[in-house]
Amino acid sequence: MSLVLAENLTKDYHTGEVVVRALKGLSFGIEPGSFVSFVGPSGSGKTTLLNLIGCLDKPTEGTLIIAGTNVLSLDRKASASFRGRHLGFIFQDFNLIPVLTVFENIEYPLLMVQSMPARERKDRVMSLLRAVGMAEQKGKYPDQISGGQKQRVAVARALVTDPELVLADEPTANLDSKTAYTVIELMKKMRDERKTTFIFSTHDPRIVGEAEIIYSLADGELKGRQVKGAENHG
Amino acid sequence: MGNIFKIAVRNLLRYKRRTLLTISLITIGVVFVLVFISITGSFKSMIIGQITDSMLGHVQVHRRGYVASIDNLPLNLNPPAPAVRKLENILRDLPEVEAYSPRIKFGGMFSNFTETTNIRLNGVYPEQEFRTVPLLPARIKTGSKNLKKGEIWVPELLARGMGLKIGDPVVVVATNKDGSVNGKQFIVSGILESATGPGGRDGYIHLQDALEVLRLPEIEIGEMAIRIRNFNKLTEFTQKLEESLTKQVNPQGQPIFEVHSWEQLSPFYNIARMIEVMTFFIKLMLIAVVLISIMNVMIMAVYERIREIGTIAAIGTLPGKILSLFVMEGFCLGVIGAVTGSLIGLIIVLILNFVGLRFDFGMQKDLVLAATIAFRDLIVTSGIVILVAVIASLQPALKASRMEPIKALRHV
Repeated sequence: MSLVLAENLTKDYHTGEVVVRALKGLSFGIEPGSFVSFVGPSGSGKTTLLNLIGCLDKPTEGTLIIAGTNVLSLDRKASASFRGRHLGFIFQDFNLIPVLTVFENIEYPLLMVQSMPARERKDRVMSLLRAVGMAEQKGKYPDQISGGQKQRVAVARALVTDPELVLADEPTANLDSKTAYTVIELMKKMRDERKTTFIFSTHDPRIVGEAEIIYSLADGELKGRQVKGAENHG
Repeated sequence: MGNIFKIAVRNLLRYKRRTLLTISLITIGVVFVLVFISITGSFKSMIIGQITDSMLGHVQVHRRGYVASIDNLPLNLNPPAPAVRKLENILRDLPEVEAYSPRIKFGGMFSNFTETTNIRLNGVYPEQEFRTVPLLPARIKTGSKNLKKGEIWVPELLARGMGLKIGDPVVVVATNKDGSVNGKQFIVSGILESATGPGGRDGYIHLQDALEVLRLPEIEIGEMAIRIRNFNKLTEFTQKLEESLTKQVNPQGQPIFEVHSWEQLSPFYNIARMIEVMTFFIKLMLIAVVLISIMNVMIMAVYERIREIGTIAAIGTLPGKILSLFVMEGFCLGVIGAVTGSLIGLIIVLILNFVGLRFDFGMQKDLVLAATIAFRDLIVTSGIVILVAVIASLQPALKASRMEPIKALRHV
């Protein structure tokens, strides 16, 4: 059974009288434990698609089922609750909370979203800190660490609630090649260890090849699906 | 809640100067209100205490119509003796009554054998009078604090004008109810300090002497002054007494007595009311200061943190928690401002008391104000500040909690 099942996903944006169709009837399925990327040039609809899968936005038409839930039927509060339980997010600009330390940033979803007991919370955060190699920096604030370290913290924060799906929109756009590669490797490692599904968008040719399943997008349409080690399905 | 508090405090510390300025503004407002309430409240209490405890008593009972003609001190409006006895029985049975004092008030001629002038006199039973208005003996500037038969306490201005000293003989001549005139010689045993308010420049003689001067065969009184145990329950007591006295009716079926609290008898009540109105407006100003300053700082805080709001919303923080994060910031600003303001206010009041705030009121000179801040005022003022701080932060907090995460994340 697919973790993400999209059928005929369409998204229109209204700019005054002009209607811009950002996604044009996309249909696809993503299996649990996959490491998937959506690639394409700027304006191809990658971010729009990730926003829909992340329950941050709703399609104009189509069906979207994530972890067995028709997410289009969820209201604002239920959407927030669903995101807190099933999804993790990694942002291009890291989006760490500046007044919280590295430890507290990772702890935040457990504290404010899941209300987990303190002991269990601490154990889980420490285990992730070690996994992403940031245990030494746990007391530092975001402005005291490098971009690569921030993204490691963001990966840990996305995984701390043990979500079924992690969405990363251009997670390496603000990183140099070496750091970008390290972050992708970290995401892969986490997928291997935790069987978490990762979906990320990118137009960075350096890391496109790191995904196991690559969906190509152009002008809001799905142009191809490439499975590493298999032939291209156009 | 502890974590929300922690994040709120950290966010406040993020912009230290702005937070400090906002807290300073609230603190100054609280200090100003508390010092104002303290000084005016203490002034009001002091003057009310002077008026009720040295002259009027808390409540007075007269025959119906007497107060309307009180400037004439009409002897023909004294209540009948049986009614007075019933009144005394009622007062004895009321647990709220601490003391009462029957008085007969009249005007007459006052002479030291070389000069003659007018005088208003109170005939009283000294022991009952002192229990009812315990500050009366303190008004004796010179002489005995114990009024005996044949003695008179003369108001200060009259004594000074006529050059009277303790032990001097004087004569009081008065017209009685029938229109005939009678006189009696007294010895000056006390010079009374003047006090502001009705009866503040009256002399005092023993009630038996008053009956003799007025040739009254049996005891008659013009008014009954009453002191109650709990001054804060004055209104309730006045109503209760009025109800108790409704059964005392004249042959025409109309009530014999009327009850007046000090508020209805002293013009200072209007000043007290004015002080209350001013206090109300000062509190309104404080509310405006807190409301505007906190709303301003919270609107700024929301605007500056839109992407952050988008992030926490995206990772699943419920709108209610986002709301409480911002409300907690306003709450913290209010609490810190209220506590700091209260502490500084208390210190200023202590300094004022240490230095000694002196003032004149009417004929009374060099009164020393004992400024105090009631615990209730501290709580009410702090409560208002905190409540207004929370209300002021609600609108920006609601805006933050209702933000669409996708729009917030796109914000530059």
